Amino acid sequence: MALKGLDIFKLTPKTNCKECGSPTCMAFAMKVAQGAVELSKCPHMSEEALATLSEATAPPMKTIKVGTGEAEYTLGGETVLCRHEKTFVSKPRYAVSICSADEDIDAKLEAAKKVDYDRIGERMHVEMLYLSYCADKGVDAYVELIKKAADCGKTLVLDCTDVEAAKAALAVCKDAKPVLDGADASNYEAMSAVATEAGVILGVRGADINELYDTTAALEKLGNKNLVLNVGTASVKDAFATTVQIRRAALKDQNRTFGYPSIVNVGALAAGDPTMQAALVSLFTVKYGSIIVMEGMDYAQALPLYGLRQNVFTDPQKPMKVEPGIYPLNGGDENSVCLTTVDFALTYFVVSGELERSGVPCNLIINDAGGLSVLTAWAAGKLSSTSVSKFIQENVEPKVKCRKLIIPGKVAVLKGDIEAKLPGWEVIVAPNEAVQLVKFLKDLQANGEI
Amino acid sequence: MPFTGKSGKFNAAIRTVEIGTGDKAVKLGGENVLPFYTFDAPIENAPKIGVLITDMGLENEVAGIKDYYAGATTFAEIAKKAEEMPGADFVVLRFEGADPNGENRSVEDCVAIAKEVGDAITAPLVIEGCKNVEKDAELFSKVAEALQGKNVLILSAREENYKAVAAAAGLAYGQKVGAESAVDINLAKQLNVLIGQLGVDQANVVMNVGSAAAGYGFEYVVSTMDRVKAAALAQGDVQLQMPIMTPVADEAWNVKEAMASEADMPEWGSQEERGIDMEVETAAAVLASGSNAVILKHPTSVATISKLIKALV
Ligand code: B12
Ligand code: SF4
Repeated sequence: MALKGLDIFKLTPKTNCKECGSPTCMAFAMKVAQGAVELSKCPHMSEEALATLSEATAPPMKTIKVGTGEAEYTLGGETVLCRHEKTFVSKPRYAVSICSADEDIDAKLEAAKKVDYDRIGERMHVEMLYLSYCADKGVDAYVELIKKAADCGKTLVLDCTDVEAAKAALAVCKDAKPVLDGADASNYEAMSAVATEAGVILGVRGADINELYDTTAALEKLGNKNLVLNVGTASVKDAFATTVQIRRAALKDQNRTFGYPSIVNVGALAAGDPTMQAALVSLFTVKYGSIIVMEGMDYAQALPLYGLRQNVFTDPQKPMKVEPGIYPLNGGDENSVCLTTVDFALTYFVVSGELERSGVPCNLIINDAGGLSVLTAWAAGKLSSTSVSKFIQENVEPKVKCRKLIIPGKVAVLKGDIEAKLPGWEVIVAPNEAVQLVKFLKDLQANGEI
Repeated sequence: MPFTGKSGKFNAAIRTVEIGTGDKAVKLGGENVLPFYTFDAPIENAPKIGVLITDMGLENEVAGIKDYYAGATTFAEIAKKAEEMPGADFVVLRFEGADPNGENRSVEDCVAIAKEVGDAITAPLVIEGCKNVEKDAELFSKVAEALQGKNVLILSAREENYKAVAAAAGLAYGQKVGAESAVDINLAKQLNVLIGQLGVDQANVVMNVGSAAAGYGFEYVVSTMDRVKAAALAQGDVQLQMPIMTPVADEAWNVKEAMASEADMPEWGSQEERGIDMEVETAAAVLASGSNAVILKHPTSVATISKLIKALV
């Protein structure tokens, strides 16, 4: 239960000593209630008061860390249900599943490494492996799988409800802080002991949302609050209902028993159908998946997915911008052709990527356009013939001798006005999409125009 | 003690708008819960899928789309196949070629194509223009007139041309009006108000609140839809209770991930699959954010999103 300012005030020393930075204990209490100030700012709180309050002012959803080193990831810690209310903080992490009964384990491990690229300064790859225990193959086969997987530089999630197998698996990988996704109504006491002993996060599952709730409550009662919640694989509808309801219960209704990150296995929900898995992984990226498991990940699935995740997990208060200026590419110098676009980070990334691919030496001129995309900036009046020509006269003409300027196809209408405002310059209209740049520039080069 | 979640059912609901006529007419909207929250209350009408065809024919489409339409040459034949596509609920005809800066197809020719398509199918029809506001205004008025009685949706009336478009479609010829705005809840609301002030019954309006491909400014699409649904349902804002239709195909197939050739990007694999996954993932995300209908074009995307909707509703 969230505490009101008055409840907190009752527990303060009420001396108004101001050491917390607030003028009165009452003002301090109000700020703590709003989450604006940490309780620890008051050095005079009694032990009992702290104990009462830390429980009550704890965030609604736990922040959980898994993995180590470069493969350490933070899950949970969300405070809002919609990104515009504040921001989402912990992006979902994607996992590929491998079972100890699989014939082609080596090939699957190799395949899991395939997707690996950069998008606007962020590394995009499969961050986790979801390793399922097959009882028929026995414990040794599982341990073998874990050993092989441990070398991949990915965080491991052990899908294993067998206590002995879990112990054996953790014996070889616990230092890498895997997740043990294995507690259910029948084994949770033993599993919790195994996870606690190894110092790893425990995954909980249940036949339905009620059983999941009860088992989680029972684990909390045992003192284990290092949990993630597996939303189950009964059906797509169930998994979605559980994922949404646990998040909503935690954030909106302050039900802390459900205040943990989730595991969603879309690979199991749509086995053998990679396109359906693509649809589901997108659904759960928008709606509250924390670890999302697929049967495999290829570039076709990955490219839209990582773009989506990057978009949805940006802070709505901070526009993604690059610094205005002249960016020489492919060894461009004062004689190289100039191209211009806006300072929106995404646009810069897409356009500069294509320019690099073309290998043509050039100068990319980034104008201050308020961090907006080409058409948005144009529609908002922040990318105009005046803004472009002014920037070029002030910043480019003193440094660059070439007098050819390529403008984005989407603002072809600016050509005439820019030429009128920039005597001596030839304005060339590029295609609409950056992907067409490589051919366009090579053609210009072949024709001797640049 | 079992889990007792509070219900997220709202007192307000999204308006139900029907497009088309007869057995195949389609109902959009009607729900009083957030997208796919069937655990709060049943979803009145499952989200619907439109199949996109254009006046440019099939020449520029990928192999899988060409294959699906194999043998169909006239617009009537293509439209017929589109309505038969497994998972399709309605057909969308887009007049890409009407653009004065492109093919500049005449309004008369467009009307003829619209009639051919309208007569060939029994599924509901949605008409998209070329995005040139003046040309669209004329085109939409004439098409709305020519297809009287078919209850088509004209997508879209925009800030610049809503007077002509909404008056013709919504008042003179009894069609449904699509209100298109640029990823901003205030713009969406303002346009709905203006269209209402013209005298168009709000029960005949569908919104397109803007779209983008996944990865391309998509956070604004998510947040706009989240906010529109919150205003419509939680605050009962009647000016935002129109169902949302989102054109996905146009955006998805025009970004690098779908356009770059295999020769240019060998490690990326099949170009067609990249397009399909971009279309599918964008569609799933806009449906999760509140779209009541999506417009797609690849048969695999239509089948997959149809499967997703069935699994969730
Ligand atoms: C997200 C978005 C917004 C966000 C802004 C986010 C941002 N940082 O830009 C917000 C919500 C703030 C916004 C606001 C507005 N928007 Co807006 N917005 C969009 C949306 C959905 C996506 C834009 C995006 O991120 N694109 C991705 C980037 C990468 O694209 P890009 O910069 O164009 O770059 C591509 C190409 O141009 C090319 N390229 C770029 N540079 C160069 C250079 C060369 C040399 C070459 C070859 C190629 C090239 O490469 C890129 C990839 O191919 C689009 C619709 C859409 N689907 O595109 C509408 C859109 C751009 N917006 C539009 C409008 C009208 C507006 C507003 C004016 C609305 C209003 N009346 O208030 C405002 C203006 C902003 C303001 N007043 O502050 C319209 C523009 C209409 C038009 N044709 O002019 C659009 C097209 C929507 C629509 N259909 O109506 N918008
Ligand atoms: S530091 Fe503690 S005791 Fe002093 S004013 Fe602040 S809340 Fe009151």
